[in-house]
Amino acid sequence: MSKPATHYPNAPKSQPVARHTLAVIVDNEPGVLARIAGLFSGRGYNIESLTVSETEHEKHLSRITVVTSGTAHVIDQIKAHLDRLVPVHRVVDLTEHGEALERELALVKVVGKGEHRVEAMRLASAFGARTLDASLSSFVFELTGATEEIERFIKTMTAVGLTEVSRTGIAAMSRGPDSM
Amino acid sequence: MSEMMTGAEMVVRALQDQGVEHLFGYPGGAVLPIYDAIFQQDKVKHVLVRHEQGAVHAAEGYARSGAGKVGCVLVTSGPGATNAVTGLTDALLDSIPLVVITGQVPTHLIGSDAFQECDTVGITRSCTKHNYLVKSIKDLPRILHEAFYVAANGRPGPVVIDIPKDIQFATGAYSRPRDNQHKTYRPVVKGDLNKIKAAVELIAGARKPIFYTGGGVINSGPHASALLRELARLTGYPVTSTLMGLGAFPAADKQWLGMLGMHGTYEANLAMHDCDVMIAIGARFDDRITGRIDAFSPRSKKIHIDIDPSSINKNVKVDIGIVGDCAHVLEDMVRIWRETSPQVDKTALAAWWTQIEGWRGRKSLAYKPSETIIKPQYALERLHALTKDRDPFITTEVGQHQMWAAQYLHFQDPNRWMTSGGLGTMGYGLPAAIGVQMRHPKALVIDVAGEASILMNMQEMSTAVQYRLPVKIFILNNEYMGMVRQWQELLHGGRYSESYSQSLPDFVKLAEAYGGHGIRCDDPARLDDAIMEMIETPKPVIFDCIVAKEENCFPMIPSGKAHNEMILPDFEGDTGEIIDAKGKQLV
Repeated sequence: MSKPATHYPNAPKSQPVARHTLAVIVDNEPGVLARIAGLFSGRGYNIESLTVSETEHEKHLSRITVVTSGTAHVIDQIKAHLDRLVPVHRVVDLTEHGEALERELALVKVVGKGEHRVEAMRLASAFGARTLDASLSSFVFELTGATEEIERFIKTMTAVGLTEVSRTGIAAMSRGPDSM
Repeated sequence: MSEMMTGAEMVVRALQDQGVEHLFGYPGGAVLPIYDAIFQQDKVKHVLVRHEQGAVHAAEGYARSGAGKVGCVLVTSGPGATNAVTGLTDALLDSIPLVVITGQVPTHLIGSDAFQECDTVGITRSCTKHNYLVKSIKDLPRILHEAFYVAANGRPGPVVIDIPKDIQFATGAYSRPRDNQHKTYRPVVKGDLNKIKAAVELIAGARKPIFYTGGGVINSGPHASALLRELARLTGYPVTSTLMGLGAFPAADKQWLGMLGMHGTYEANLAMHDCDVMIAIGARFDDRITGRIDAFSPRSKKIHIDIDPSSINKNVKVDIGIVGDCAHVLEDMVRIWRETSPQVDKTALAAWWTQIEGWRGRKSLAYKPSETIIKPQYALERLHALTKDRDPFITTEVGQHQMWAAQYLHFQDPNRWMTSGGLGTMGYGLPAAIGVQMRHPKALVIDVAGEASILMNMQEMSTAVQYRLPVKIFILNNEYMGMVRQWQELLHGGRYSESYSQSLPDFVKLAEAYGGHGIRCDDPARLDDAIMEMIETPKPVIFDCIVAKEENCFPMIPSGKAHNEMILPDFEGDTGEIIDAKGKQLV
């Protein structure tokens, strides 16, 4: 190991970067998404995936699921900064509480004829994808699954005429009886 | 009981209900209904500034010069709002509670690029603690009161309320809410007792302790300052403070080490570097404080008390982080200390003080005196000597004069020192002084300025004259943007690119043109008389103090260096060689 560039003790060591999924409960008011997105861009943090939708209509609450990556220190900062925003009720680090359930939905359009078309159909059923639309030269498939599964599906379909992908980003929830 | 009234009337009524006495602002098309409502009452006094940036700084000075008040601003849409942005950012970085009301084009025109339209909530989202666009008259009373709660509670900050003109004209039901609380926003003020106990234990066992206090102690109110003094007395430990925290601990006290940081004293910085327990109270480990971060106080255990959880472990990892309001946490600390009455290591503490006295003996604030030209340090020493018995309020602009003011004016009480610390806004001092004088009409209020900074909001002289606010503008005129010049000397081979103040106005004539009084002095022997003339003139004064041109502000921790690598005023080497290539990239 090379010597650190400082003669002082306890020089900062580079820390491993980890991927975290955060669930953020917010007031569903105008600008709240811009506030969250602005926090990430303004402070130089990453957003790998972001989904948002109102979850409790009567209380005007929305749930935002953010997937981000950073060192433990950066993740702590992100959570603290999110938590101090006025319309944020709660921030839960789903990754910290053990492996959370994560799902996303993808729509995949495949265009082709002949052998490719047959192969696309076969592969889609092997992945358990639903066929939402079919024409003489195309299919639109729907697949719900973990990110890795979606990635695998998309990679496979590339070989048989994939032309378009639309993904929702991740919705996540902790396992077990505890709710946030 | 609710009353029917227009949106504009609601704004004024809410301000009255919040106890607002002064409102700083500038009218325009999109706030005319509110100005009409102001015209028809006399509880809220409007102060007409000459530029919206001035309004926000004035409100900052107003809020900072005492406890318990939120600064209030009213400006129009478009340029009114964009001109306020610098002030908002300043207030956000220095945690100053403000409510800023901006007019907006009518709801149906929003998004149409209407005349004087801008996306105010979009522009101010990242420079406010929170902001609102009012879309319905039904929401207006709640938002108005909630804004005051959000601005003043937790870590204070500016809140913008953007009110479209049709909402100002609309009629709705107004009632004052029982409390103004936000429905969910509840910042933690009480610290975790177990952590406080652990902190007290760590403090009691320290051999080389230091209290490092910041603006949070001031923001927490006079009670926090009193508790800090009590804790310092109980422990006998040394105290240093950031630029923002000056006055929380009396500068006359023998436990006071002076300010720390880039232009802090030798004893404060060396004590920070060598301490074994650091107690950070309401301070945020800013880069002006820490210097080189990986060499910052390398051997100490650190305790950090802060109301903002995101401040803890942000720049420097601490051992005990306590989230809470300074006054609440200090109260618990003092109580636990009294209950347990721990025995501090007196021998170790005596040795620590001996070491500190050794550093103090280096006299890091010494400078070469002159009998022919006024040294800026001398000017401030004389200003301090001649004003200290009058309990003055000091504001500053930004640059060398600001650092010298922090070094040579000594503050005994909180809320006497208003300076732009976080954002470093040139042009802050004069409008801030106007805000201070508005709140304390009889007090001596001095804006220590530079000849470059003062020109950034010079127009506010008009405001001072209009409201008969006898603010004193004490310009240390060295004909340079002094700090820029100093950095060019240290970093860029003395190439003074655009930092010379060309074509300066005649400040004496300028003062007279505004209807104030002008004084010029370039003779050290005449300085005292000139300062006395300034103090005794019962109207706004511009004091043009001609000082040494190329004086550097020392001591200094050069960028990229650690606390124990300070340059002292007796430095004899080549100043251009101090900072290495890596340091040059820093700010």
